[in-house]
Amino acid sequence: MQSSCGVTQDCALQPSPAGYVVCTGLHIASPIAASPECAQMSTLLDSAQLATQLVWQGDAELWRIVGLSVRVSLMACVLGGVLGLALGAWLAVARFPGWRGVIWVLNTLLALPSVVVGLLVYLLLSRAGPLGAYGLLFTPTAMVFAQSVLVTPLIAALTRRLVQDALAEGGDQLRSLGASPYAAALLMLLHERRAVLTIGLTAFGRAVSEVGAVMIVGGNINGVTRVMTTAIALETSKGDLALALALGAVLLGVVALLNLAVAVLHGAAQAAGQRREAWVA
Amino acid sequence: MTRVPPVAMVQATQQLVSLQHASVRFGAVTALHGIDLTLHRGDRLALVGANGSGKTTLLRLLHGLVLPSEGQCGHHALQPEGRPATGAMLFQRPFLLRLSTRRNVSLGLWLRGLPRAERAAATERALHRVGLAALAARPARELSGGQQQRLALARAWALRPDILFLDEPTASLDPSAKREVEQLIEDFANEGMTVVLATHNLGQAKRLAQRVAYLEGGRLVVERPVSEFFNHSETLPLEAQQFLKGEMVWA
Repeated sequence: MQSSCGVTQDCALQPSPAGYVVCTGLHIASPIAASPECAQMSTLLDSAQLATQLVWQGDAELWRIVGLSVRVSLMACVLGGVLGLALGAWLAVARFPGWRGVIWVLNTLLALPSVVVGLLVYLLLSRAGPLGAYGLLFTPTAMVFAQSVLVTPLIAALTRRLVQDALAEGGDQLRSLGASPYAAALLMLLHERRAVLTIGLTAFGRAVSEVGAVMIVGGNINGVTRVMTTAIALETSKGDLALALALGAVLLGVVALLNLAVAVLHGAAQAAGQRREAWVA
Repeated sequence: MTRVPPVAMVQATQQLVSLQHASVRFGAVTALHGIDLTLHRGDRLALVGANGSGKTTLLRLLHGLVLPSEGQCGHHALQPEGRPATGAMLFQRPFLLRLSTRRNVSLGLWLRGLPRAERAAATERALHRVGLAALAARPARELSGGQQQRLALARAWALRPDILFLDEPTASLDPSAKREVEQLIEDFANEGMTVVLATHNLGQAKRLAQRVAYLEGGRLVVERPVSEFFNHSETLPLEAQQFLKGEMVWA
């Protein structure tokens, strides 16, 4: 048979009604067959073309995977954000024996490999593990849990530095107004909300782009736990580099759109706040 | 029959904060050496001295923002109220949150646990008091330097503190803004607030204070009533005389 890339090959895959070859791994109609000959064409240009085509055709499978990726990572960031912001703010003002050691550990955890997190969470959630009874392994919940573990130290470490710097500038003044040290630290999060948002986006970037943890605790089960990064890993292992790169481009585009949406929402919230204040005045 | 002293007299002699041989160290640096100083109710005390003499650290110590490394710092209850004296501090560069002017004032009241309605009323009163009511909705950080300092004063005044600590409140202001802020401080002091002012502007100390304490290298060199400090400078220790002469050249 002849695939859309023009290379005659003996492909075991079935042609789709649109004339494309259906790849078994992702079940996404790809104009480029998953063969070694086609892999030679996996240039950046081809990938961009393919990415555009995938988005343009509105492939349901693709959007399901994108949706799960964004959902899992957003939930992980919310969970990690609550814990990380509270922990970071506390560490900015708390002083206790061993405080420096805790900061050292936290900063070291910034380089925590996602596969190690995946392995630890796997051990916790596997049947023999302490949380095995809940049956969470190979579910999106396990993936959220693993990604939360991954982003919490990142959020906490960045928050501690942010709050500590802000307190150096205005901590005494807030305390003079009657704020306790922890209340002053939390007020600094409000004061530095744009920087907090940036920390959130950084954490989201870390979560959505990691593959090790979700692969181990999610299992890359088609239709259940397959996310963008595991799909990319799968396509790469199958040799379909163009499709893998195209999926990567889609992932990047989704994150870019999310960043844009946050920036627009932030601007709109600010304008609304000013209008509300003006109305009250 | 025992004669009870009038309330005003009791208040005038009542101690609010007393320091006994208080020293403050930051690591290897000693910012204050063995300070003995008493702050009375209704005082208007100016702390003068060159940059780095320890004025700000002394203010922070009196306010309770730092603790003495050695010696004692006693905060006494108000009489006849029987409650601890409250303080608020105005800094050289006011720190304003990225919120509206109104919310910056309201914040201090919220931290003190005032109910919403009372908070709103007190905020409006404070903004009117410093002439910023028309700018209540504007982001605080967009105000001019003088307006920001007035806002910081409103924020402090709204709390109705018993002691107002001022750390070079007009250091970076133009002459008209300086006059406005000084007038507000004068008004607050006239309302009965105890005022402690750190400044290296001797004219300001003369205008606003009743007592002057001169610091050098973290030591309290001399403390005198304002008229005696400026009019009988020959009786002052040599360091204070030199400081006065140096400052007088600029005055």
